[in-house]
Amino acid sequence: MLEIKDLHASVGGTEILKGLTLTIEPGEVHAIMGPNGSGKSTLSYVLAGRDGYEVTGGRIIYEGEDLTDLDPEERAAKGVFLAFQYPVEIPGVPNSTFLKESVNAVRRYNGEDELDAIKFMKMLRGKTKELGMSDDMLKRAVNVGFSGGEKKRNEVLQMAVLEPKLAILDETDSGLDIDALKIVADGVNALRSPERSSLVITHYQRLLDYIVPDKVHVLAHGKIQRTGGKELALELEKNGYADFVGEAA
Amino acid sequence: MPATAETVDQVETIAGDKYKYGFVTDIESDMAPKGLSEDIVRFISAKKNEPEWLLEYRLKAYRRWLEMPEPKWAKVDFPQIDYQQYHYYAAPKSDDDGPQSLDEVDPKLLETYEKLGIPLREQELLAGVKNVAVDYVFDSVSVATTFKKKLEEVGVIFCPISEALERCPDLVRKYMGSVVPMSDNKHACLNAAVFTDGSFVYIPPGVKCPMELSTYFRINEMNTGQFERTLIIADKGSYVSYLEGCTAPMRDENQLHAAVVELIALDDAEIKYSTVQNWYPGDEDGKGGIYNFVTKRGACRGKNSKISWTQVETGSAITWKYPSCILQGDNSVGEFYSIAITNNAQQADTGTKMIHLGKNTTSRIISKGISAGKSDQTYRGLVKISPKAVDARNYTQCDSLLIGDKCGAHTVPYIESRNKGAIVEHEATTSTISEDQLFYLRQRGIPEEAAVALVVNGFCREVLQQLPMEFAVEAQKLVGISLEGSVG
Repeated sequence: MLEIKDLHASVGGTEILKGLTLTIEPGEVHAIMGPNGSGKSTLSYVLAGRDGYEVTGGRIIYEGEDLTDLDPEERAAKGVFLAFQYPVEIPGVPNSTFLKESVNAVRRYNGEDELDAIKFMKMLRGKTKELGMSDDMLKRAVNVGFSGGEKKRNEVLQMAVLEPKLAILDETDSGLDIDALKIVADGVNALRSPERSSLVITHYQRLLDYIVPDKVHVLAHGKIQRTGGKELALELEKNGYADFVGEAA
Repeated sequence: MPATAETVDQVETIAGDKYKYGFVTDIESDMAPKGLSEDIVRFISAKKNEPEWLLEYRLKAYRRWLEMPEPKWAKVDFPQIDYQQYHYYAAPKSDDDGPQSLDEVDPKLLETYEKLGIPLREQELLAGVKNVAVDYVFDSVSVATTFKKKLEEVGVIFCPISEALERCPDLVRKYMGSVVPMSDNKHACLNAAVFTDGSFVYIPPGVKCPMELSTYFRINEMNTGQFERTLIIADKGSYVSYLEGCTAPMRDENQLHAAVVELIALDDAEIKYSTVQNWYPGDEDGKGGIYNFVTKRGACRGKNSKISWTQVETGSAITWKYPSCILQGDNSVGEFYSIAITNNAQQADTGTKMIHLGKNTTSRIISKGISAGKSDQTYRGLVKISPKAVDARNYTQCDSLLIGDKCGAHTVPYIESRNKGAIVEHEATTSTISEDQLFYLRQRGIPEEAAVALVVNGFCREVLQQLPMEFAVEAQKLVGISLEGSVG
């Protein structure tokens, strides 16, 4: 589903990704771990198409298509979803309004009928209930005054609503307590299917107890340094990143 | 009765092109020759069969106008207006007596209203926009007034000023010019001399007007300034909600719009005045477009009276207006909710004045200014608390949003408090649409311009919620349309 070949990317003139190669098949969950500054967030922004993140070499093929030509909204409409590490606030825009705009924008792009207000709210309330969240969150402005945990849960709600093919979770577990972590993990796991893939970016192994990965990669110095199974995560937990930080770039 | 959050969200939006109302009706107008002189003033008065006192009023205003200096203090830049270049009267060719029924109205005119989306027939109005009575002002003459019967049943008078002069001349004479005297400013003075028509509303004591009253305007002929004059009187214990919405065709010449709106609320009365304005704003380089120099003022004469101004201003090349409230009656309340959007090369210097005179008066100002393109916008507000205004309270919040790096937003708040017990609060913010916000929305599939519109509508939410539902929908769509081309 996703093929990244020797990707080089810069931010503000500084090269952060220095030849990253990674392949994700449909149905797989991959974890990316690594020390600070290794390029984890950069990878997620490059995949999502954020301005200011320049691809200077290599290729990103998503479902057979070169992703680098597409705008962020086009990538989203094709099923790429980024759960942000620090979700931004959008004052005055109710969560439900935002979600409806989003869902219908994607449907429009894909030539589908838009959902009217009633159908949409019915669908939305269903998802909210499944995730154990209160309706109250739907009326509040997007992320305004949300606690860290609420923001992450809002990301999971959006994911549940948009049902992306490729979900990139950028340090979704940061700042969460165990209970919130479980809710997030449940949400992600509920979407697992042979057609969907996830890229879970995390610092800590803990999340991977709940979202069990098929493959674990260590990202350091802008490249994937090692790939393994879920045991690799436990090994990193025990030994830290010292081995990788010391390695020559 | 403001729209609730859910209602605003769930109402379907109107399909709108960039400037859908840009067209001209091809009707021969009965126009006065260009220029302004005492003769033209007499011509106008004669054409409308006005009483002697009104002609005298006009002439007095005209003579005064000749002596008054042009106000130059606003932060707007435009070439000196050549007043002699305009026609000051234009009426569509119809029977001199005016149409008795819709069948007598020029069919081209009716077609114009169809294009504007106004179904003229009462049945269509009942089926479509519920319970909204419409008084159409086509250029300088009111063509049709509907829903007369319903309003007459409760004693509400809603008609053109020209008609009010026949039906209730004493009321007109008593109140016209009492809130905005001709000496107020040069543009109001001009209006007093050459005003052609406008709405007159009188709500009898204790009556809550059963429907929202509305007016549509059009400037059709080249060089015809629109000088309408509106007078609304809410007698004791009454309530009225009035909607003013404007569209204008695309023109190359600047068109002058110097209207005057006077509101009077007596004891326990309330007037809610809402405006959605999208006059032609000029092209991307600032060529053409309407000059909107309007004087709007409400007098809370009675105890416990209340006047609210709600406006969404997105058009005009130059906007110069300060809807204000004079809080004379004890416990009276004045409110001003505003969204002003300027794009391309538009200029706006707008705000409000809240004058606290009585005891225990309250005023509330929420101003949202959005600047984009190369436009320039100034909020200018005055909160004035007189020495005898005991226990006065004001809350002002003015927020500016800048889109792009070539526009300007300025705030000029004046606070004059001469009473020690007054509580005056002022908050101001200036922000831009953050790149983070736009990226977040785009990552959820929302295209860039729609993302900007969403963020801006969120920014304006508090004001949008004050609008009657019919207008809230148009306003939200208008916000999106007026910001087109502002990103990228």
